[in-house]
Amino acid sequence: MAWSAEPFSPAHDELRATVRRYVEAELQPYAAEWESAEWFPNEVFERMGELGFLGLTVPEAHGGQGADYWATVVLYEELMRAGSAGLASAVASHTDIATPPILRLGTDAQIEQYLSPAVEGKRVACFAFTEPDAGPDLADVNTWAKRDGSDWLITGVKTFVTNGVRADCCTLAARTAEPSGDERAGGISIFLVDTASPGVKVERQAGKVGMCAVDTADLVLTDVRVPEEALLGGEGNGLELARELRGERLIASVQAVALAQRQLDLAMDYAAQRRVFGQAVADFQVQRHRFAELSTRIEACRRLVYDCCDSWNLGTASELDIAQCKLASAGMANWVVDEALQVYGGYGYSKEFEVERAWRDMRLLRVSGGSDESQREIIGQALGL
Amino acid sequence: MTETALPLYDDSHDALRARARQFVDTEIVPHVGDWERSGEIPRALFAKAGDAGLLGLKFSPQWGGGGPDYVAAAVWLDEVARPGFGSAGGALSSHSELAALYIDTEGTDEQKERYLKPSIAGSLVGALAITEPGAGSDVSTVSTRAHRSNGGWRLTGEKIFITNGASCDFVIVVARTADDPHRGLSLFVVDADMPGFTRTRLSMLGFRATHTGQLVFDDVVLGEESLLGTMGEGFYALMRRLAWERIYMSICAVSAAEQSLRTAISYLGGSARVADRQASRHRLADLVMRVAQARAIVEQALRCYVGARAAGEELDKASRRLVAQAKLYTQRVALDVADEAMQVHGVAGYTATQPVERYWRDARLGPIGGGTDEIMREIIAGSL
Repeated sequence: MAWSAEPFSPAHDELRATVRRYVEAELQPYAAEWESAEWFPNEVFERMGELGFLGLTVPEAHGGQGADYWATVVLYEELMRAGSAGLASAVASHTDIATPPILRLGTDAQIEQYLSPAVEGKRVACFAFTEPDAGPDLADVNTWAKRDGSDWLITGVKTFVTNGVRADCCTLAARTAEPSGDERAGGISIFLVDTASPGVKVERQAGKVGMCAVDTADLVLTDVRVPEEALLGGEGNGLELARELRGERLIASVQAVALAQRQLDLAMDYAAQRRVFGQAVADFQVQRHRFAELSTRIEACRRLVYDCCDSWNLGTASELDIAQCKLASAGMANWVVDEALQVYGGYGYSKEFEVERAWRDMRLLRVSGGSDESQREIIGQALGL
Repeated sequence: MTETALPLYDDSHDALRARARQFVDTEIVPHVGDWERSGEIPRALFAKAGDAGLLGLKFSPQWGGGGPDYVAAAVWLDEVARPGFGSAGGALSSHSELAALYIDTEGTDEQKERYLKPSIAGSLVGALAITEPGAGSDVSTVSTRAHRSNGGWRLTGEKIFITNGASCDFVIVVARTADDPHRGLSLFVVDADMPGFTRTRLSMLGFRATHTGQLVFDDVVLGEESLLGTMGEGFYALMRRLAWERIYMSICAVSAAEQSLRTAISYLGGSARVADRQASRHRLADLVMRVAQARAIVEQALRCYVGARAAGEELDKASRRLVAQAKLYTQRVALDVADEAMQVHGVAGYTATQPVERYWRDARLGPIGGGTDEIMREIIAGSL
């Protein structure tokens, strides 16, 4: 067959094969251990940088591959086969949320200092938007950056920062001016903060029920001094980050679909070899029908997400498109993985198979990175309600 | 004249409930966080429950029990499950409602003296081992073998996912004494210190402080006195007793669901996120309705169970269907309510600083353990 209805070119397929080999050889064998240890080594970032995975959409001039968004889709679909959604989300925070603003808004010096080492995997980036009282709405940010000579002093608390412990640099949203008039989000600026700066206290978020391998942390900033050069783009352009928030939701949707597919595939494998009442589990009509339903829901969601990826690639993805993807894929992945877990019977409840980990991991998607409720609000507003 | 359904709880049950709640509030609730984190429930809890007369509610005073009163046992378990800490109920119920129960219904007086009395006192902890790596829902494929030997048996095989199995003093093992799938199974009481018996603790998604075990029997020598009940009757003994497991699991699920509801409603009441409120309120309203139905159906199943017992009868087809329906209905409701409680807490609920993630992980066992949802549907469909 000389044509394909899939959005992936032969170059994408080649990338997929390369990533798959890497995941199978260098991630899958360690996922369980890293999940248990609640840490994966920084070498993972270095190695992925070495393999060119951390700058897929970064221009070649800055050390990247110059590829399109579909390359990103391929990378994250394959990373979801590693067995640690947390690790995948950590890498995505680095490549798709923390660093794109630097490319888009940064000076040559900022790109040199903050982006290039991130692409190489030599420095890890995190982003800090959310605060205890500021969720999806950037306008609620209450971390303040106050002028001090030619520097800024930043004070505030950021919560649930992915890579918060290991990150070298933080793309941080802070208020530099009071909101004026109707523009509540005006007065928010973006800073690149070295996490080793005095006044930055990192408190690891202990006891997460899932996404265990990723070091989520609170960042407590007390009069953290940053130079003028730390300001990314102009003062008050914090709303640029809304793009990254949308990007976060889209890549999470891609990951959710891929993980759901993975767990369906593994459950079907299990059902084919596990025997009960004289036949394979897969041979019972209810299981056949269950698998049929799971595969259908995944496929429908995949196509919705792919449509949105196409729009994103072209720069035309709307807030409504993204919200629907996030809401649909989070719900679908939770449901699919729950059904897949049921297929394993008692083994689904044990740590012998990775399905219980996937069940815990997917739960985060409905409350974070754009909760179900916040996505419904966006959709409702987009519908003119 | 046909007896109408009796009210389920009398004054003695109300008094017991108050006593049980006091016990749970004093001995369990203050420690839940620590025990979940450490993965350890102190052994002393069994003795404390025994001293308080809470482990022998189904059993005769001859053995130190306060029964037989199955409704009382249901009340006690309802209270144990109330704080939303599945491990306590899991450990205590597998001991008193499974292990001790089989000694009571199948055992000789010697066996009751040796195992039931101390179980009621809480000085011995028991487990029931049916499931194997290769035999779950289909009990007739159990392959742990008891070979006749020297007037006794030698036991060889493996059991998995056994609650209390990793630390119990004795375990009731379902083993094959003949090839016939159903008529070839027998029950044996195995002491933990018998040579050839080893076990490891398993790490599970929930019930983290319960000592779930993988048990290996390598030519364990059993004497005549280890046989529990009649040889070849093991499968039928299980079939008679499984209904009780499903009923008490259903009671525990409803109780846990009610705790999840209370937690969600309380958190939402304090929430500043006005935009979320109406939708959450409506979802909770739907769940309140389902939880109420869950409680109603399990109490009806309990009514049927104790009615049949009082009449000295086996459960009829309608009652067996009801028990399966109660189990099927209650477990999924408990999971859905726990899930909503998680959702209401937002990202804060994703860490162990809040109890909801524990409610949610514990609830996931319900549609699997004690008879999967699929098996319940088979039973229900088979009875229509």
